[in-house]
Amino acid sequence: MNKQLNRLAIFAVALLTVLVVATTYWQTWAAGGLEARQDNSIQVVAQFQIARGFLLGDNGTTKFAVNQAKRVAGETLFFRRYPEHGLAAQTIGYSTSSHSQTGLEESLNDYLTGANTNLSNAFQRTLDKLGGATVHGNNVVLTINPGAQALAQKLLGDNCGAVVAMDPRTGAMKVMASSPTFDPNLVDKRGGYAQILKIKGACGGQGSALLNRTTDGLFTPGSTFKMVTAAAALDSGAFTPTSTFNDPGYCMEYGKKVLNSGNPDQTSPESFGNVTLAQGFQHSINSVFCNVGKKIGAVTILDYAKRFGFYSTPPLETPANQRVPSGLYKNNKLFNPRHPDQEVDPGRLAFGQFSMVATPLQMLMVGATIANGGVVPRPYLVQRVVGHNGSTVISAHPGDLGRAIKTQTAAELTQMMVSVVQGGTGTAAQIPGIQVAGKTGTAETGFGHYYTAWFVCFAPANNPRVAVAVVLEKQLNGFGGRVSAPIAKAVMEKLLHG
Amino acid sequence: MTLTYRNRELIYLVLVGLITACGFGAVYITRQAQISGASLTYALFFFGLYLVAHVVARLTVPYADPYLLPIAGVLTAIGLTEIYRLGPSNAFKQGVWIVIGVAVFSLALLALRRDYRLLENYKYLFGLSAIGLLFMPLLPGIGQTVNGARLWVHAGGLQFQPGELGKIALIVFLTAYLREKREVLAQGRVKDWGPLLVIWGGAMLVLFVTYDLGSALLYYGIFLALLYAATARLSFIVVALGLFLAGSAAIYDGTPHVRERVTNWLHPWTTKTVYCALTGKPALRQDCGSYQEVQSLYSIAHGHFGGTGLGDGVFAATNGHPLIPDLSTDFIYSALAQELGLIGVSALLLVYMVFVLRGFRVSIFAGDGFSKLLAAGLTFGFALQTFVIVGGILRVIPLTGITLPFVSYGGSSVVSNFLIVAGLMLVSNRANRENET
Repeated sequence: MNKQLNRLAIFAVALLTVLVVATTYWQTWAAGGLEARQDNSIQVVAQFQIARGFLLGDNGTTKFAVNQAKRVAGETLFFRRYPEHGLAAQTIGYSTSSHSQTGLEESLNDYLTGANTNLSNAFQRTLDKLGGATVHGNNVVLTINPGAQALAQKLLGDNCGAVVAMDPRTGAMKVMASSPTFDPNLVDKRGGYAQILKIKGACGGQGSALLNRTTDGLFTPGSTFKMVTAAAALDSGAFTPTSTFNDPGYCMEYGKKVLNSGNPDQTSPESFGNVTLAQGFQHSINSVFCNVGKKIGAVTILDYAKRFGFYSTPPLETPANQRVPSGLYKNNKLFNPRHPDQEVDPGRLAFGQFSMVATPLQMLMVGATIANGGVVPRPYLVQRVVGHNGSTVISAHPGDLGRAIKTQTAAELTQMMVSVVQGGTGTAAQIPGIQVAGKTGTAETGFGHYYTAWFVCFAPANNPRVAVAVVLEKQLNGFGGRVSAPIAKAVMEKLLHG
Repeated sequence: MTLTYRNRELIYLVLVGLITACGFGAVYITRQAQISGASLTYALFFFGLYLVAHVVARLTVPYADPYLLPIAGVLTAIGLTEIYRLGPSNAFKQGVWIVIGVAVFSLALLALRRDYRLLENYKYLFGLSAIGLLFMPLLPGIGQTVNGARLWVHAGGLQFQPGELGKIALIVFLTAYLREKREVLAQGRVKDWGPLLVIWGGAMLVLFVTYDLGSALLYYGIFLALLYAATARLSFIVVALGLFLAGSAAIYDGTPHVRERVTNWLHPWTTKTVYCALTGKPALRQDCGSYQEVQSLYSIAHGHFGGTGLGDGVFAATNGHPLIPDLSTDFIYSALAQELGLIGVSALLLVYMVFVLRGFRVSIFAGDGFSKLLAAGLTFGFALQTFVIVGGILRVIPLTGITLPFVSYGGSSVVSNFLIVAGLMLVSNRANRENET
């Protein structure tokens, strides 16, 4: 019988060996795949065992995101709280158990959980873990100015729209306001997320509050695009600010009249007669820019637009799915024409119509580039990353995205933009004692007298410290100079005077 | 000087006591916020308990294999530590069951120390009680359905899985019967197959009425192993396996519960929603039928190579609800795999292997057919049970809820496993004594 018993013993041990092999498979080979799965609750819980770093305003004291420790089943778990509620909510994002992560909470997760690969950091983390102590993440000090951010959101009110502001010298983003906004504290509450989805603002639309309009909202730039056209006209040497035009009230294109009267942004009268390029810019005369466009061509305009950052996703620390490139769009897709001269109407492109759309951040970058002497500042949101022990882990290194236009061109454009605020379409942005440079835009939406109202500006004009872009959607008879310029002015004042 | 069997056992038990103390110490350090220092006395109490078992063995079975009791000790210690980590109140109950287990173990040794082979005389009594115990959960009033399978008896606040004891009774019956009939069975006389076919039918019936695929597999596996050991006829095994598969296939078609288990095993994850029988609404299968299996795999994967460490595993969701139901009973292996890692659970499986090899060694060295078959049956049952539950967790076979011997939380399991140890020690005591004298 012993022969059979021996075989049985081998069979029994073989069964147990299968278990060792299977365990090895799940704990080594398959482990990575299992951990990456969305429904892996252990990974979710493990995230909550880390005391995430705070997200702080540029003053280092305003807290956008903090932790609330809770004892759950004998474990200390750290849940996120957002003391500033809806302030910059789309940019800050949220970190929750029910709806994962978005915004900076998602993209800065490695810093906030202390998982960033810094040797001393990793060492400390391992020690913490072995000692059973709580693992602390790093705090992140953002460039956002809480005061200006709050003011921008208050002024946006119920409107759908966005306000963005940066320091044009560095690219530090000071305001990232998108309206309507939501309270991230609601996301994990019962029924809270459904409530957020219902927020519509004045423009309507499901999930409107979750959209980060500053970098993910595409709007027809209208006359603010004339900054780009004018930059191309001057920088290419085709025109000077004093080049003269005759404005009969329209511009002839393809044998048809393109009427000024369609342009709500332009100050009356409807035909100006003989004007210079600078005057055309000051009063936002479409026919002037239509002629400029015809002369320099769509290729040059698009080329200059690209130099300002159009057609590429702007760099920023927010998740990539929150940022879209600006440019011509066809069927909701970025459209890069192979033969712009045949495919693009240069006259209409010149004054920012013809399927040209831009994000508020992109238009801000145009303004900030002019303010910065022609060099495109690289926008950023993270000022510094501070370890739990107070030591600075990383500091921002402001950089640029290359030169778009000559210093001379930038100076001429600045002058033209100053005249817009002094005696053109943007007088509502005047700040006593400070020279403001700006450009209005009022784009048709195709819905009657509803317009997309823009204002892009910077100040002080001779030594710019702040650049602002404001866009308001679906404004009934609301023109950029009338509704957006006052908001931009208030935000600039707040940032300049504190 | 060579050490006597019992002195070696004592040394091993001291080592087990140290391991237990380390385990409880580790849990205490990581979770001191939740548990009191008094819990450290568990290790001491535990050691004392095994010392009692050791003394009983010294008096009754001095020649018995010295590895079996310490291995039972280390397995119960690992189980108790993890159960304690998961829920201190369960650990207390488990402690009580271990006391009962040691008591039953001691009684069995005392009662059968002269000659356990008298059990042979009562084989039909064992056979009948095996069937009785198996069907006990079906009795109205005391039977209870857990996770779709009727395995439990509930009486006076005590839960008991009679199938665990039924398994031992069945092994004794099969051993005695096969010892007597093995020659004629090997010749293939049809009329002697009667009682064995009854067993096959019984297992199928159990499967059919209790939906307990795991137990059916276990009983039938033990039956086949003993049949093979007794008759050395592989052809029987092939035929019997074929019968089992045919029976299972028929049951698979006829019972939704078994079908669901198999589906959960083959396709635990879905990307589209499927009908969820629990709620009656569509849901992803990993959120419904296979939730337990999938979460258990996540738990295992989270352990990686070295584990999170005792006490540092993640077993509760952010709202405090347990992530894996039945963690300390059926799924204790998933908990151990997360906290001890691949190193830890591989070591655990090696301990099982050592036990199984010692058990077969006892069987091979035993002098008579009854002893050989008894030791082999008890050992193979032990190995197969380990395979069925851990293999189910690891998706090697469809998952069925049975206990991991000595480690899972559960009284009936602990008691029946102590009976296995007692049986093996009785057999080895006799064999070693005969060999030495």
